[in-house]
Amino acid sequence: MTVDRRTLLKGMAVAGAAAALGPALEPAPEAREKRVPPPDAMGMLYDATLCIGCKTCMVACQDANGLPRDTRSSDGLYDAPDDLNAKCKNIIKLFKDGDRTSFMKAQCMHCVDPACINACMMGALKKREHGIVTWEGERCTGCRYCGIACAYGVPKYEWEKAWPRVIKCEMCSQRIAKGQQPACCEVCPRKAVIFGKYTDLLAEAKGRLAADPGKYEPKVFGVTDGGGTQVLYLSKAGISFQDLGLPDLGETPVPDMQQTIQHSLYQGFVAPVALFAVFGAVIWRNKKASGGDGEVKP
Amino acid sequence: MSAHTKPQPLGGPLWTPAFKILAAIFGVSVLLIIWRFVAGLGATTGLSDGYPWGIWIAFDVVTGTALGCGGYAMAFLVYIFNKGDYHPLMRPAVLTSALGYTMAALAINIDVGRTPYIYKIPVFVSWWNLNSVLLEVALCVMAYVAILWLELSPAFFETWEEEGSHPALKKIAGVLHPIVKKLMVPILAVGVLLPSMHQTSLGALMLLAGQKVHGLWQTPFAPLLFLISCVAMGYGVVAMESTLATSLFRRPRETKLLARMAVVPAWIVVVYLVIRTGDIIVHGRLGLAFQLNIQAFMFWVEMVLFTGGAAMLFSPKFRETAKGQFQASMAVVLAGTVYRMDTYLVAYNPGKNWAYFPAVPELLITVGVVALEIMAYLYIVKRYPILGGAAVAPKVRGAE
Repeated sequence: MTVDRRTLLKGMAVAGAAAALGPALEPAPEAREKRVPPPDAMGMLYDATLCIGCKTCMVACQDANGLPRDTRSSDGLYDAPDDLNAKCKNIIKLFKDGDRTSFMKAQCMHCVDPACINACMMGALKKREHGIVTWEGERCTGCRYCGIACAYGVPKYEWEKAWPRVIKCEMCSQRIAKGQQPACCEVCPRKAVIFGKYTDLLAEAKGRLAADPGKYEPKVFGVTDGGGTQVLYLSKAGISFQDLGLPDLGETPVPDMQQTIQHSLYQGFVAPVALFAVFGAVIWRNKKASGGDGEVKP
Repeated sequence: MSAHTKPQPLGGPLWTPAFKILAAIFGVSVLLIIWRFVAGLGATTGLSDGYPWGIWIAFDVVTGTALGCGGYAMAFLVYIFNKGDYHPLMRPAVLTSALGYTMAALAINIDVGRTPYIYKIPVFVSWWNLNSVLLEVALCVMAYVAILWLELSPAFFETWEEEGSHPALKKIAGVLHPIVKKLMVPILAVGVLLPSMHQTSLGALMLLAGQKVHGLWQTPFAPLLFLISCVAMGYGVVAMESTLATSLFRRPRETKLLARMAVVPAWIVVVYLVIRTGDIIVHGRLGLAFQLNIQAFMFWVEMVLFTGGAAMLFSPKFRETAKGQFQASMAVVLAGTVYRMDTYLVAYNPGKNWAYFPAVPELLITVGVVALEIMAYLYIVKRYPILGGAAVAPKVRGAE
């Protein structure tokens, strides 16, 4: 009888462990709800065929966001960031491969299903008003998991400071709140980057593609890429979005694999509680069976 | 339990030459830690926007907690599967776990940029992002550090209850010892539950990095592989600690006991290898292992260490001698270490133009944290009843 019960309890322990780990063996990607842009979503549309690389947007961005000039690579002479960094939330890059050239604007993509906000322990990074991903310093411990998670390499860190902040494009949410546009969109002399409602921008991008198919790559980047982004891109015909430095993510949102597994394991916190109960029961049973003073000695 | 296996303090002098060297190393790291908090992470580490995580996360935290899984692995054997004969290995295992996890927690405090806000993680419950795997790791590790010291606390209480100890300590032990005794079953159950949770989560963390992690490591099986390998590493560390302690402190060897236990991690590694290789083959990623790059090379280093370690543990020639046990266990522990370092650093590719190698202060801080851990181990085994059995020589000598 005792042997039977012990065997039973051990079996339960194994079953409990299997129940907890089972989902890891069979991840079901469809289990996670598909995210869509919020109804009030605002975004930007960058058309690489219009950009002349004047970098006015970079200066306007720094002024609007109180960022210093990044003069590290120019001996203190002029602003010359080599990539997005803690002094640069928005950058114009040049792609060049023989005759094929294009400018490229990089900043936060304001993903529909951002990896960074899934990473963030206490919601310092969140999709806030208009679906814009902003950073709240009070909630940030500076762990930098957002930087590990972001497929676009956007969240940057003030490495030189003893009390560092995470720096990223917040679509000038402080300006939007005052009824203004993001600085980069306001100053662009060619309207290469424009600001507006996500749905309007999507229609605009599709319209441009339909009106002049020979001019563009036959795709609007950001509609479905990595689950979608609120910043949309059009590229010159013959220059792929990967040429411009954007990753080829497919349609699956980046957080899907991790979130599906983790939520299956922790659904309703049932598995941990069940495991605890099983472990507790087995240890208690073993303790009683071993007799003596009944004390479990570690 | 028979009297001769009752744990005893080793006694002996604390300030041995070895201890002084460790103290000096730790002293240097304290100065560097101060510099890190004054000058920031950029000045003291090799970290960058491309590689926001370095050895403090990959080694001190992710590998350090896995090395601290001895208590977890032994708890399964002793308390769940009721193999009481392994009980003498329990206290040293819990001590190395408690120290390993405490040092990991210390490393996190050095690594995060806004350390004073760490208190908010357990306190500001309404801010919790329940989608964050890192939040789960943080809360779980904090709780487990407390649980491990509670599991170990009877060793301290027993000493404090003795005649001649400080009255205040006597009082503390008198109040807390009975409470801890009564609560030991739930404490032990939580102690088995928590590592099952966060060691899995440590495997899940890098899933969020998606394509940035090399195909030989980026797999939905990573959480399971991390859990399985941490248990194997736990047994490995227990065997290594036991052989080292018996040699250094001239204690009776536990070779027979360890030989019997060796098949447990050996089979765990077999399961690990089946899942790891099976997953790569089924998903058609085997070709990645035959490319000429550092990732493929490191993959084979892992494979050789895991396979070699398991083969050695199965082989009576290695398993039944103290030296062989040590070598076999070290192979498994190294294998799990390399697997973790690879997942977090070697397999991680943020794109061209980025490179990471730890800076000298960064490395020295890690070395200093390990030195502190060894010092704490030496202090505790000499003053408190951790190691079982009487000394072989009548005089107990300290570690040289």
